[in-house]
Amino acid sequence: MTKDSPRVGLFVTCLVDLIRPSVGFAAVKLLEDAGCRVEVPQAQTCCGQPAYNSGDRADAAAIAMQVIEAFEGLDYLVAPSGSCAGMIKKHYPALFDDGSAWRGRAEALAEKSYELVSFLSDVMKVERTEASYLGTVTYHDACSGLRELGIHEQPRRLLATLEGLTLSELPDADVCCGFGGTFCVKYPEISNKMVETKAGRIEATGADLLLAGDLGCLLNMAGKLKRLNSTVAVRHVAEVLAGMTDEPAIGDGPAIGDGREDRSP
Amino acid sequence: MKSSAHSFRDNASHALGDAQLQKAMGHVRSGFIDKRRKAVDRMPEFEALRDQARDIKIHTLDNLDFYLERYEQKVIEAGGQVHWAPDAADARRIILDICRHAGARTVTKGKSMISEEVALNEHLEAAAIDVVETDLGEYIIQLRGEPPSHIIAPAVHVTKEQVRDDFLKHHAHLPPDRVLDEAPALVSEAREVLRQRYLEADVGITGANFLIAETGASVIVTNEGNGDLTQCLPKVHIVIASLEKVVPTLEDATAILRVLARSATGQEFSTYTTFSTGPKRADDPDGPEAYHVVLLDNGRSNMLGSEFHEVLRCIRCGACMNHCPVYHAVGGHAYGWVYPGPIGAVLTPSLIGVEAAASLPNASTFCGRCEAVCPMRIPLPRMMRHWREREFARHLTPPVQRWGIKIWAFAARRPALYRLMTGPALRVMAWLGRRAGRFRSLPLAAGWTDHRDFPVPQGASFQALWRRQKQRSAGS
Repeated sequence: MTKDSPRVGLFVTCLVDLIRPSVGFAAVKLLEDAGCRVEVPQAQTCCGQPAYNSGDRADAAAIAMQVIEAFEGLDYLVAPSGSCAGMIKKHYPALFDDGSAWRGRAEALAEKSYELVSFLSDVMKVERTEASYLGTVTYHDACSGLRELGIHEQPRRLLATLEGLTLSELPDADVCCGFGGTFCVKYPEISNKMVETKAGRIEATGADLLLAGDLGCLLNMAGKLKRLNSTVAVRHVAEVLAGMTDEPAIGDGPAIGDGREDRSP
Repeated sequence: MKSSAHSFRDNASHALGDAQLQKAMGHVRSGFIDKRRKAVDRMPEFEALRDQARDIKIHTLDNLDFYLERYEQKVIEAGGQVHWAPDAADARRIILDICRHAGARTVTKGKSMISEEVALNEHLEAAAIDVVETDLGEYIIQLRGEPPSHIIAPAVHVTKEQVRDDFLKHHAHLPPDRVLDEAPALVSEAREVLRQRYLEADVGITGANFLIAETGASVIVTNEGNGDLTQCLPKVHIVIASLEKVVPTLEDATAILRVLARSATGQEFSTYTTFSTGPKRADDPDGPEAYHVVLLDNGRSNMLGSEFHEVLRCIRCGACMNHCPVYHAVGGHAYGWVYPGPIGAVLTPSLIGVEAAASLPNASTFCGRCEAVCPMRIPLPRMMRHWREREFARHLTPPVQRWGIKIWAFAARRPALYRLMTGPALRVMAWLGRRAGRFRSLPLAAGWTDHRDFPVPQGASFQALWRRQKQRSAGS
């Protein structure tokens, strides 16, 4: 890493921050391996999507201003989520009046904001990672990443370079898993039907591991697979690309005897 | 049509438990999507064609008054009459008057969503007029006393076995032991029954896919040819259409037709594309003696220039619902009014009021598949969000949800407070779930844990761990 290395602000995302910090550390490793200097601005919580998609524009704009202030001094904003990156890149500018100062600042940040895997691939021109994975994986294209940011080939290309890894394509990989942020608790029965269909498709691939680039969708699919007693493990794609698969997979307990179960709060 | 859009949640719950419906919906998922995909793959210029079609509609909507007046003038020149209907009641009244004036006892109808919107059949039937739907799907649901569940495949929620039972029940004049197990037998029976009705009809009513300003023609597309018989055989032909169906020229209509059939059914062109311009002329061998057009507004002119302006580009192809996973899960009836799926989630609140349809714009994950396939590139998710914003501003959002968002946002705007609130909760959750790695149930999260496990947080937040790591490396 040199003085000219790009300064990348990691937008951790609220779900990674609270539920699965290991995804954040995997993102840091991937970014550093790609030659970036990673900083984690403290004044970040969430991108504001829960407010934005609930019609609460005022709170969404206030949260956006907080993110803009925290990240605009850096060269890039990178998030391990197509959904949060999509919010910042595609929706922040629309939260502010045309021609206003905040609109300009939002547009400037949008310009340099990326989802992690597409950033590694498209901006840092990463062609391979040093990791390996012995097994068959399948990949779900989370909706925002796929349709707002056009992320499809990048994760597949990088995964293909992992030694030992076989990709078994998921039929209907582009169909929503039913998470949809607050949708899954506003319409639990419909969400359940969607994730049930998705879980059936995942099982049918014969993969031992399901990957995706968005923790919300992963929690939803892992939660359903575990409820159905499926043996398919679930991880964020960054964990596998970074070779950081020591932590139990999403929704799995620790391996017996690794001592984790005795930790006290 | 009476709306039950306000009870979307209950409707959806009922639909999810309906085994017949779930079986029927399986065909939507596979059929429409694959066919569209193949049609699009066969046509490299499809995306450019979408842009061209969208631009035609943009231009038309920007000059709607001009083209509508021009269209009216051309209809009159061709010997027809144009009736402007500000709302549904006006449309019903105008059409009933025409039918009465013609002494009509039987009316045949081509498929028309606008006639569903104004609840025309019930109105005519109440006046002792026999109304016969001639589109096979519409005919089936008319027998069943149901509204359509899809805008181009109205009976998509019905299985073949159900249709057989309906025909056995309603076509009582036919031998009861006939075999109706396969689709061709059903189609042929419907055709035979309907053939007689065409000949009896005094008035034929059709919708319109396009109204052409330069010629005064109306255009319908069908795959059964039923529209032709509906509009040619009776002595009176009534076209019922909403304002935004107008396009400037024949060429514009054909440009849009090229994306319509591909988006709708994956066909390159529908089997029948039928033009009607005025009544029969002196040397025409056949055609109606009188030709009326009822132009319905019903709230559309209020949408011009609003956040919902662009939805008026819709050409009713149905691609948005064909690709919508929520529609696949619950079917069209759950949406409770005429237009289901993503287009309904935007259009229904515009036409019947957001208070009566507040759930619909919320019943989407914003997966964006509808916008991705819409031939007119209508930003449907953005418009659903606009409705959510209006609901939030007018306190129509359920209070629990509203306060949940407000409290969460209060904390999210204060990172230090946010950490103070979330830190201890994470530690407790991680400790409680340390063995299983997931929760089978969680207080206040039944919406999640009724159906799936909740993965246990790893324990500390990323921010806390990151700070610790930085302090350690600074100290070493």
